[in-house]
Amino acid sequence: MTGEVLVFAESSGPTFRKAAFEAVTEGRRLADLLRVSEYALAIGNSLTDRVGELGKYGADKIILADDPSLGLFHPDYYRQIALDVIKRVSPSIILIAATSTGKDLAPRLAIHLDTAVASECTQLELEDGKLIATRPAYAGKVLLRVRVNSSPSIATLRPNVFTAKETAPGKKPTVEPVEFKRPNSPMVVKEFVSQGAKKLDLTEASVIISGGRGMGGPQNYKILEELAEVMGGVVGASRASVDAGWRPHSDQVGQTGRTVSPTLYIAAGISGAIQHRVGMINSKVIVAINKDPEAPIFGFADYGIVGDVFEVVPALTREMKVFYGKT
Amino acid sequence: MRRVPDTGTRIRIASDGKSIDTSDAEFVINPYEEYALEQAVQLKEKHGGEVTVVTLGPEKTTQVIMKTLALGADKAVHLKCDRVPDDPSLVARALASELKGLDFDVLLFGKKGVDDDNQQVGQMVAELLGIPSVTQIVKLEVSDGKAVAHREVEGGSITVETTLPAAFTAEKDLTVPRYASLRELVAARKKPIVVRDVQLAQSSLEVVSIQYPQQRSPGKIVGKGVDAVPILVRLLHEEAKVI
Repeated sequence: MTGEVLVFAESSGPTFRKAAFEAVTEGRRLADLLRVSEYALAIGNSLTDRVGELGKYGADKIILADDPSLGLFHPDYYRQIALDVIKRVSPSIILIAATSTGKDLAPRLAIHLDTAVASECTQLELEDGKLIATRPAYAGKVLLRVRVNSSPSIATLRPNVFTAKETAPGKKPTVEPVEFKRPNSPMVVKEFVSQGAKKLDLTEASVIISGGRGMGGPQNYKILEELAEVMGGVVGASRASVDAGWRPHSDQVGQTGRTVSPTLYIAAGISGAIQHRVGMINSKVIVAINKDPEAPIFGFADYGIVGDVFEVVPALTREMKVFYGKT
Repeated sequence: MRRVPDTGTRIRIASDGKSIDTSDAEFVINPYEEYALEQAVQLKEKHGGEVTVVTLGPEKTTQVIMKTLALGADKAVHLKCDRVPDDPSLVARALASELKGLDFDVLLFGKKGVDDDNQQVGQMVAELLGIPSVTQIVKLEVSDGKAVAHREVEGGSITVETTLPAAFTAEKDLTVPRYASLRELVAARKKPIVVRDVQLAQSSLEVVSIQYPQQRSPGKIVGKGVDAVPILVRLLHEEAKVI
């Protein structure tokens, strides 16, 4: 018998992550194909008011663990709640966003459930009721299609790849609160230290403006920040500029940094070496600004401007201000 | 520690269409494990003790093990198998059954292998051993049987305190790996490597097929300098429809 689809809906503070809505939307699609119900598991603090939102994306039933001690991800707490719920719901498919929380949690669950995880998937299919996932590997040089032969099948979904869609705008899902009894744990999750004003992580941003070695120094990223602000985007960086100490590692796009798939990726003063390319090649549209017409980035960018970033970027900011009506 | 093909290496799909032909690949220490190994060596230099490298892989892994010994590990355990399985839980189970017999305070992993990009093994081993674990850490302080780790997450970092023994998986910023001197490379040859054959169970994660991704074709050069900017904005709006 085919079990239900269970989606872990990750929260960040009192709201759900966009990646959670993406996972619930994809979970709905699979649940329809399998003719089963979609359950969403929400774990966090002060989510009660927002939890109904998951219904709009297709969830039939929501299981909510809401407690002040669950505001930040704690592996032991989250794992215990998830395992209890999985035991009760007995899903055949579990979807989790491939965020820092999801990538930590999914393998832990797999060990206790004696199953496997398909990580960082970019596409899911069903074949004879079994989950087949497409996922990039070897720095994006190949795409693997993997099948999870054990049940439940667990997949983590790369953020920003699946579409979040309100398929059932008026839907009122049932919400079942679960009581959380804090287990003993050798780990104490102390605090979250915010990186600063940046609201969105690179993996969840729709617009990314990245700067490379061509930016010349940390002080010059201001022009990228200005463009990002006008466009509602986030600033990223190449490995060269992170290794030079100009930008923090959390800004790095590429092999030893973040893998991103925004709608629009603007690369300023970035040559486009393989280490960078693998982190951003799945962006919907890539724009390159570089003074070297031979830079490899022009070989895979959709639009290129050959020119000095210090002239082109401020001009682009002015033009975008006009476009968005901000002047 | 795991060995991975160097990033510059061309990756070829084998003739069976569902595995990677690595016969002419150049292998290196997985970059994330370089950060982990450096952290281990720094802990040894500060607190004393010994650094043991444990790895699962084919015969040829020896070359990469020698590098870890040159970089400051004292000894190594090589769990030998024909090929590293596609299912990370099998790797984790093999490592955990070896680690059960070892006495350690700190267990370090790279957060993921840059070959299969799974990011699963470290926390799986910890679950199998029943010890606490903190993933993708950028800072680790150890004292009096306790550790404070900072894990990098979206928008900032989370501080986690734990008792030891515990497992940690390294993010890039954890350490800056050192280089091995020629003297250390020579000395590494005298360090002990224990080799054990391991049998792996049937994988429940099966690679059905492998494809090359669609190549992105070069787009258009809109123009040169600031004159091209208004054209770019128009194209992004009207043609690409992304703004």
